[in-house]
Amino acid sequence: MNSHVSSEAQPGQIGPPIAHHMDPVTAYHAAKLGMWLFLATEILLFGGMFAAYALYHWMYFEEFHNASRQLNPIIGGFNTVVLLFSSFTAALAVDAAQHGRNDKVVKNLLITIVCALIFLVVKYFEWSAKAEHGLFPGTSHDGIAFNSPEFITMYASFFGLYYCLTGLHGIHVVAGMCLLIWVMQKARKNRFSQDYYTPVEIGALYWHLVDLIWIYLFPLLYLVG
Amino acid sequence: MSHHTDHRAATKSGIDPHELGHILPFVVYKRTFIILVVLTIVTVVAAELNISKYSAALAMAIALGIASVKAFLVATNFMHLKYENPVTWLYAGFPLVLLAILIGLLFIDNPFRVDPLPGLEAQRVIRPGVVAQELVAEAEAKAAH
Amino acid sequence: MSSYAANSPVTGDHAGLNYINCERGIWSWLTTVDHKRIALLYLFTISIFFFVGGIAALLMRTELARAGADFLDPSTYNMLFTLHGAIMIFLFIVPGIPATMGNFLIPLMIGAKDVAFPRMNLLSYYIYVVGALMALIALIPGQFIGQIFPIFGKFLVSIGLPQAVDTGWTFYAPYSLQSGTAVIWMTGAAFVLGFSSILTGLNFIVTIHKLRAPGMTWNRLPVFVWASYATAVIQTLATPVVGITLLLLIMERSMGIGIFDPKLGGDPVLFQHFFWFYSHPVVYIMVLPAFGVVGEIIPVFSRKPLFGYRAIYISSLAIAIAGFLVWAHHMLVAGISDTSAIYFSVITFIVAIPTAVKVFNWVSTMYRGSISFETPMLYAMGFIFLFMIAGTTGIYLATLAVDVFYHDTYFVVAHFHYTIQGGAVIGLMAALHFWFPKMTGKMYNEWLGRICWVLVFVGFNLTFLPQFVLGMEGMPRRYFDYLPQFQSLHTLSTVGAYINAAGYTLALLHLLLTAIFGKTLAPDNPWDALSLEWQTPSPPPHDNFEVTPVVTEYPYAYGKPVEGDHHA
Repeated sequence: MNSHVSSEAQPGQIGPPIAHHMDPVTAYHAAKLGMWLFLATEILLFGGMFAAYALYHWMYFEEFHNASRQLNPIIGGFNTVVLLFSSFTAALAVDAAQHGRNDKVVKNLLITIVCALIFLVVKYFEWSAKAEHGLFPGTSHDGIAFNSPEFITMYASFFGLYYCLTGLHGIHVVAGMCLLIWVMQKARKNRFSQDYYTPVEIGALYWHLVDLIWIYLFPLLYLVG
Repeated sequence: MSHHTDHRAATKSGIDPHELGHILPFVVYKRTFIILVVLTIVTVVAAELNISKYSAALAMAIALGIASVKAFLVATNFMHLKYENPVTWLYAGFPLVLLAILIGLLFIDNPFRVDPLPGLEAQRVIRPGVVAQELVAEAEAKAAH
Repeated sequence: MSSYAANSPVTGDHAGLNYINCERGIWSWLTTVDHKRIALLYLFTISIFFFVGGIAALLMRTELARAGADFLDPSTYNMLFTLHGAIMIFLFIVPGIPATMGNFLIPLMIGAKDVAFPRMNLLSYYIYVVGALMALIALIPGQFIGQIFPIFGKFLVSIGLPQAVDTGWTFYAPYSLQSGTAVIWMTGAAFVLGFSSILTGLNFIVTIHKLRAPGMTWNRLPVFVWASYATAVIQTLATPVVGITLLLLIMERSMGIGIFDPKLGGDPVLFQHFFWFYSHPVVYIMVLPAFGVVGEIIPVFSRKPLFGYRAIYISSLAIAIAGFLVWAHHMLVAGISDTSAIYFSVITFIVAIPTAVKVFNWVSTMYRGSISFETPMLYAMGFIFLFMIAGTTGIYLATLAVDVFYHDTYFVVAHFHYTIQGGAVIGLMAALHFWFPKMTGKMYNEWLGRICWVLVFVGFNLTFLPQFVLGMEGMPRRYFDYLPQFQSLHTLSTVGAYINAAGYTLALLHLLLTAIFGKTLAPDNPWDALSLEWQTPSPPPHDNFEVTPVVTEYPYAYGKPVEGDHHA
């Protein structure tokens, strides 16, 4: 058993938290199963919207292809790579925690959070650009208002679904960022060790889900038509 | 043994770390990331080929297929699903089965609906409610001839 | 095995301390993480909402006792049936047995000290309370609130809260998109309540997987735990779909995204698909735990092992899974394709089979048993009778040609009240009486319990049997008024409703007052039952067991051993 003690007195070297009803190993596995179950619920949450998208894509094939051409796949692709990289660094954060390296945990989580921020900023610019072209709720362009009958004839419900899908995804990006910031704060206090890194692992699991959803959103929204 | 400041927090909780999570070598993460980026490029290129002009189903299958490979890689390697127990696999997979059921059964509904008034099918795409009433009146007038 | 078990503090405090008196004061209850206390918090809260929903029902039944308008107007009637449905479903019976009995019993039955995530358990409760308050605001007509609480009524008007929802608890598009009432508040409330349900289900799944005592294999789990597990799976996986449906409804209503609104090219039947994809599994959330309760009670009061233990738990899982495949039998005449309708009708017939297996097994358990008719057994037997009626009338409704006539009539109303009230609520009453001594340490009055049971049973059947006939004669549901030929059956139904209400009120009052003021102490195991929760004091200590139990056999070895009945 590892008995290295740091030459500096580190606060927070207290190992896993004591629960009155479970031993720490069970607590770790329970937390992981709990998070996987929660991810299952998120998959079903987004899945419902994917089902609506599938139906309307089939029903309004031409209109969806028309509408998708208004999106920029290069920007979408860039955002995809940003999220993939953030998933990579989140996995590295867990790896660092498994080796007891709180400093690396902080570094990797910071990169993950910055990537999330980049994603959101790019999204913001995308949405503003849409607003200029009357493709955003409440806007109009060339006299055609968003989701007016003429608009629907061209694009059907594509943009409604686009904003709901990317909007809900964006909310999850923000939630993931907040979660990872909280975990990072704990790492900065040297809370984690080879014996205890549960928050890092379950925070990273949540982040990977955010990435997984985008992996499907990207082709379905940007690469159609 | 070096005497540099050791940032590893040491505990005496008596836990064997092998009872916790599985530790993967760094190169696995690196390789996975590279493959993911390559697949992203592939899927963008595939979209540019405009296969949907010939077969919409094939284009969708390719796009979703590549996405699924990417998702599988993220899940098994980044999320360590490969090293989890069968219960976790069950709950990772069950939602996908449920979604397949939802989408599958939705698709035995809409595509198989029979148009109650002849001629309305082609018009059903998008015409606001008021126009629909005109169409009904038209169809009835035609049927009356 | 880590050294944790050897170092764990010995639980079971000094004599006389249990989970109720170990800490005093309302703050200790409101901030508890003890699953037993949380169960009681839920029980208290859902009972209040049961009465609110019940009052709405009585108001409607009183109006309907005679043809013609009596004291309600049509739009208030619409708000009342919406309120009744939404409160009874979202605020009462969906939390229902899982949040109360499940929370109390699951750790006890598996030999654990608490659920896997106790703080999340408390969070679930508070999320439920927030959702419930949001729902009440959306459902109770503002003018009504204004008459009782004028200042609060003025406040609601000032924040622009529109009228109480009148769409029915199903919120079908396109009316829910157009109705000038508090639809967004209500759907938002249902979304929040769904979160509570998800977290409870998630907690139970992890608890049952990870916290079973040594020797408690899956083959030795009490059937109530199996039932709760199957229920938890549905709670966790089905609820998100209604969550997204309600979110999309809110988006459609506020932004007009074009997926449910036909004016924008959307398909209103798609809303029904998404809604029922959850709302059919939700009825199994309501009734599966009741199946579990009945499975616990029947062997004890027949002094016989449960017949077909393995078939019972496999059928619980089968019901949970099959329940995801049948949702559009609620939409058979809504405009879905014929192919789709045929598929859903056939699969609905098939899903009845696992339930029939259970009924057969319960009755076989009773056969040649030594039966005694205490109140829990009366409710359990009543459940079997009522659920048989429920199930068979469901088959009528699943038959396409018949459904054309019965859909949206009182036949459907009677069917679902037999399943939900005759099933889940009767199951809850059975559970409350059976585990009352465990939860409170006191014994209820057996004769009072039986009298209330008679009132409930007679009242319930008097209310709803006539409604089958009304439906067959063509009386539509959700109608404020009706043709004179329906009057006598309606009057009969209303009389039944009052008897039913008296039964529940007396029964719950009896239990509440006995819990607080009762003098008869109950022994630790008044029913001589074998499952783990009965092997600990009544009421249990804070940490459930003095010493972690070790399990060596399954909990139904009553009476004489049966040849071939191994559950080692």
